[in-house]
Amino acid sequence: MIEPRHPLRFEGHLGRRQRLGQAMTSIFFLSTLIGVLALSALLYNVLNQTAGLRAVEYKNDPTALAVDGVAVEDLSREQMVAVLQANVTRGAFNKLEDEKPFRQRSREEVYGLIVERLLKPKVVENWSLVDSLTKRSEIEAFVAAEAPGARLEFVSWLTPEFVSRPQSSEPLRAGVRTAILGSLLTISITIVVSFPIGVGAAIYLEEYARDNALNRLIRTNINNLAGVPSIIYGILGLAIFVRAMEPVMSGAVFGLVEDPTTANGRTILAAGLALALLVLPLVIINAQEALRAVPDSLRQAGLGLGGTKWQTIWSHVLPTALPGVLTGTILAVSRAFGETAPLVVIGASTYISRDPSGLFSKFTALPIQIYQWTSRPQSEFWNLAAASIVVLLALLLALNAAAVLLRNRYGRQAEQL
Amino acid sequence: MEQAPARPLVAGGGSSGTPPRLAAALGRSPRVGEGFIQAFLFVSAALSILITLGIVVVLVSESRLFFADPEVSIVEFLTGTKWQPHIGQFGILPLLTSTLMTSAIAMTVALPLGIGVAIYLSEYASRRARGFLKPLLEVLAGIPTVVFGYFALTFMTPLLRSVLGRDTVEIYNVASAGIVIGILILPLVSSMSEDALSAVPRSLREAGLAMGSTKLETAVQIVVPAAFSGIMAAFIVGISRAIGETMVVALAAGAGPSFTLNPFRGAETMTGHIVRISTGDLSYDSIDYNSIFAIALALFFMTLTLNVISQAIVRRYREKVE
Repeated sequence: MIEPRHPLRFEGHLGRRQRLGQAMTSIFFLSTLIGVLALSALLYNVLNQTAGLRAVEYKNDPTALAVDGVAVEDLSREQMVAVLQANVTRGAFNKLEDEKPFRQRSREEVYGLIVERLLKPKVVENWSLVDSLTKRSEIEAFVAAEAPGARLEFVSWLTPEFVSRPQSSEPLRAGVRTAILGSLLTISITIVVSFPIGVGAAIYLEEYARDNALNRLIRTNINNLAGVPSIIYGILGLAIFVRAMEPVMSGAVFGLVEDPTTANGRTILAAGLALALLVLPLVIINAQEALRAVPDSLRQAGLGLGGTKWQTIWSHVLPTALPGVLTGTILAVSRAFGETAPLVVIGASTYISRDPSGLFSKFTALPIQIYQWTSRPQSEFWNLAAASIVVLLALLLALNAAAVLLRNRYGRQAEQL
Repeated sequence: MEQAPARPLVAGGGSSGTPPRLAAALGRSPRVGEGFIQAFLFVSAALSILITLGIVVVLVSESRLFFADPEVSIVEFLTGTKWQPHIGQFGILPLLTSTLMTSAIAMTVALPLGIGVAIYLSEYASRRARGFLKPLLEVLAGIPTVVFGYFALTFMTPLLRSVLGRDTVEIYNVASAGIVIGILILPLVSSMSEDALSAVPRSLREAGLAMGSTKLETAVQIVVPAAFSGIMAAFIVGISRAIGETMVVALAAGAGPSFTLNPFRGAETMTGHIVRISTGDLSYDSIDYNSIFAIALALFFMTLTLNVISQAIVRRYREKVE
């Protein structure tokens, strides 16, 4: 009979073992909670910056410029021009007229001039949204003590105008329309290029490829490409699309250059293609999974009826796999939508206020805009960055919701087969 | 008297009785287009090899331009402790140490948390808790990295500075970037580890519980060791992601290479340096500009090696389980 080396004393150990079990369970739960907390902190931190009080000192009091009790920013264009004319010297007014006649300036532009020439706001201090709501009286006391001349204003950075206005160097008048359009154009190219090639590659690997050395190499290679840092794709795009294929990317080959002196390869087309290379492995891997989920009986049915291989794939396999393929593609593309590093390397423009006019325009994108605003020291730009993060996340949410809807709508049909 | 053989009414065996037109149709490929389609599909798949070749060729040829410069030597590049292009000092070590530091900090955050999350979700969580928590972590995984950069700069750095003191922690510092990268790769590590844990056969757990071990002992002493290689693979992929992570370090870790091991000081990483040079106005053929290709080459090899190792581990593990 085998004697245990240490006599077992269950009673003594059991309590300790169970207490340890309970303690560790709460530690495991805690790590999950930390993950969730980090997500909440991130979202809270962003939302907290999208609105808030700020103390501003004006050179001229805006209320003094009001006409008939209408605040200056609500005046019509003609009234604004009149206000401007009344308050600047004749020479300065004529100079502005020479630069660009007032008849051709929009109401927004004229208001910009009023801010720049007359109001000259200087931000003394900024408060976050939560502070503004909960510590209003302390903030008022602070302003009264530290900056008696300043006016306390509540500013919301995330407004409909923020989404519809072009970029501007004046924080309060900056918007992200240019960036959104740039992002959407870039991503369309990415989809148009990566979807057919990615799905084609997946069909080849799942339906045609035999198990030989070449095909194994292709499979391993795709897995490796999926792990290459995104910035490397930026470098690849820089070397191939921007530099080697500059005439094609700038549109010179097609005679589509707007301004030959500044045209270069750093265009929307180059950015879209680089992102297409970046998401290609992901599209392939996701599409492969969707194809693998198609039951073999469908293929056999198609072939049994005398269909050729491609007829079977086109009429039986692809329609069944399509929801999965689309969902996978949307998920891959939404990753490209938030990519910043490759675009920075390819050379997104730092400041663009004109909407992109086509594939050969210089580009900026929403993540680039966030990066630039975040990297500036003034806190107003952090507010702008926060507002554009909300816009970016909302767009991503819309993309992902589309993917989920697709999966729910068509996924059930596929399951019934 | 000879009779002409009767024409069989039904084709028996072989194809001798098939009408000649059908036979011809079956003999040749019925649809010429299919060859082209198959060729297109093959080219699509083979494109991935071209991409890899493109990356290698571009990085190597541009790096050769960099190393061909008389100011640069490969030995100095690999061993130099100063990266100061204006005085001709190109040592990658300052960039490398800060990259390794951010990655090490990131893994210190992500690995224990990731394994904790994985054990909780796969061994403890009820179906409802899982259905609620897993999508939340997926949301975390779907947030663009530039947003994490913003988070590092506007939340983590002020937090560190208020806890540890403004004198110890600089505005741009490695620690803040590292911690946030850790949060960023947490979903990756946890979901890969969870996959590994749930692949462990149920019978092992039942055996453990039947022998009288507690749930914790079963999880930690039986399930985790059985899934060890999967967790290892998650760990390695996590390091690879952390090394290649760009926007967080570009925003929060500081500009300007410095050879330091103090995580509370600013130090530029390899990816951060590439971003800074790219956003500057350097001409294409300057030595600074070419240097980013050499750095990218080093980065590519580091991440590639890690990915290959992790795939090898996963493959061997899968064979063992099957």
